[in-house]
Amino acid sequence: MNKNESVNAITDLSQRDLTFAKEVKRRSSIDFNTCLHCQSCAGGCHFSKYMDYMPNSIIRLAQLGLKQEALTCSSIWICVSCNTCSIQCPMGIDISAVTDAICQIAIDEKVAVGEPDILKFHQNVLKTIKRYGRTHKLEIMLRYKLYKHDWFSDMGVGLKMMTKQKLDILPSRVKQMPYIKSIFAQKKAI
Amino acid sequence: MQRIASRNISYYPGCSMATTAHESNLSLLELFNRIGYNLIELEDWNCCGSTSAHNIDSQVALDLAVRNLFLAPPDRPLMVACPNCFLRLSHAHFALNQDELKRRKYEKEWGTPYNTNLKILHFFDLLEDINVFNSSSNEIKSLQGLRFVSYYGCMLSRPNTLQFDNDYYGLIEKTLTSVGGESISWPYYSQCCGTFLSVAKPDIITPIVNEIMQGAIDAKADCIVTACAMCHLNLEVRCNMQNPVPTLHLSELLSLVLGCSEYKSWFSRHLVDPQPMLKSKGLIQ
Repeated sequence: MNKNESVNAITDLSQRDLTFAKEVKRRSSIDFNTCLHCQSCAGGCHFSKYMDYMPNSIIRLAQLGLKQEALTCSSIWICVSCNTCSIQCPMGIDISAVTDAICQIAIDEKVAVGEPDILKFHQNVLKTIKRYGRTHKLEIMLRYKLYKHDWFSDMGVGLKMMTKQKLDILPSRVKQMPYIKSIFAQKKAI
Repeated sequence: MQRIASRNISYYPGCSMATTAHESNLSLLELFNRIGYNLIELEDWNCCGSTSAHNIDSQVALDLAVRNLFLAPPDRPLMVACPNCFLRLSHAHFALNQDELKRRKYEKEWGTPYNTNLKILHFFDLLEDINVFNSSSNEIKSLQGLRFVSYYGCMLSRPNTLQFDNDYYGLIEKTLTSVGGESISWPYYSQCCGTFLSVAKPDIITPIVNEIMQGAIDAKADCIVTACAMCHLNLEVRCNMQNPVPTLHLSELLSLVLGCSEYKSWFSRHLVDPQPMLKSKGLIQ
């Protein structure tokens, strides 16, 4: 459903999942029922025009139990957690903690996420942390390009970054890796 | 009154400062050396987890951040220069202080009590606390004639639980105008640069970054000054305009004011060379 459809269509409430709001609240530790739906968050968000649901609409989806709509939407992945919405919010709701919780439910329930490329990017970032204890930007970018089968769109930028020594060939590493490895031991999604 | 008494400070660089933004790291170390502080890199630090970890796995995010907190020596504050790392480590510190069960679990794993009084500082806490220009015996160069716009991006936007005592908007302006720089107000000072979307969604980021850059050009600024390595990277890498103004790390500019002449290895890493502009202002040779 795109943004316009979501505004114009009559919302089908027959498939509500009334446990969803509780689960989002449990994971995020955020009481989003204080939301006034004043849309200050949407007004402040610099990325809202690229979102299918405004930040407060995501909260509304959770409140109504429209789980599938929430889990498959793009907005939760487009959100960069810049917290601009949180400082605009008159109720002080940590909205990015709410979107994080919904992202994580979407991963656990293996739904087709709204922005698979962004999820892939995050997984690639965490793969390098799992391997080195620190991120390795060159590897993150190469893995991402490999996944996209797209070697050309950013070639100019990549070369510029290489010549300006912005992309180290070798990763910076943690020495004591066992603890880092143990963090990721049970994590199949990463 | 100075709140930060210790001259020895643990320093957490984070992945960006340690790799893509070497120049920011080097200039920060230079700056602190010049004002008489000893930054001691946190031994064997690991990635804070960044947005990727807290987005897709809160447990991994907390584990990664907590490891750094347990590595921090108890006798001195821990300074974090990257705003995102600062937020992740502060969030973990808050969680350990709030949740005794969680704290006990980690204390058992690490075999040591957690230092709940650990002071986590951002670079701005020190900048607010001390007058950098009084703390150095070096001759101070004037920024007379330098028109700059301050770019905070989202670095000072924090969730409700992590709102701190100080609101640092205006600190870059206050610091640089005190040595003659001319601050120009503009509408983009707190607009987020888009951070990681730069890789997965460059089509979203380029117009945002171009708009910020156009804002600086319209303001007739000589440069943009930022204190975030991620903002710096996105402004340089994703802006596709013909004549962008250079973006400087605040630590680079402050080091130059304090007379540093070892800047070649910093500026050679900028995609938009700031040297012609800095030469024209008499800040470098």
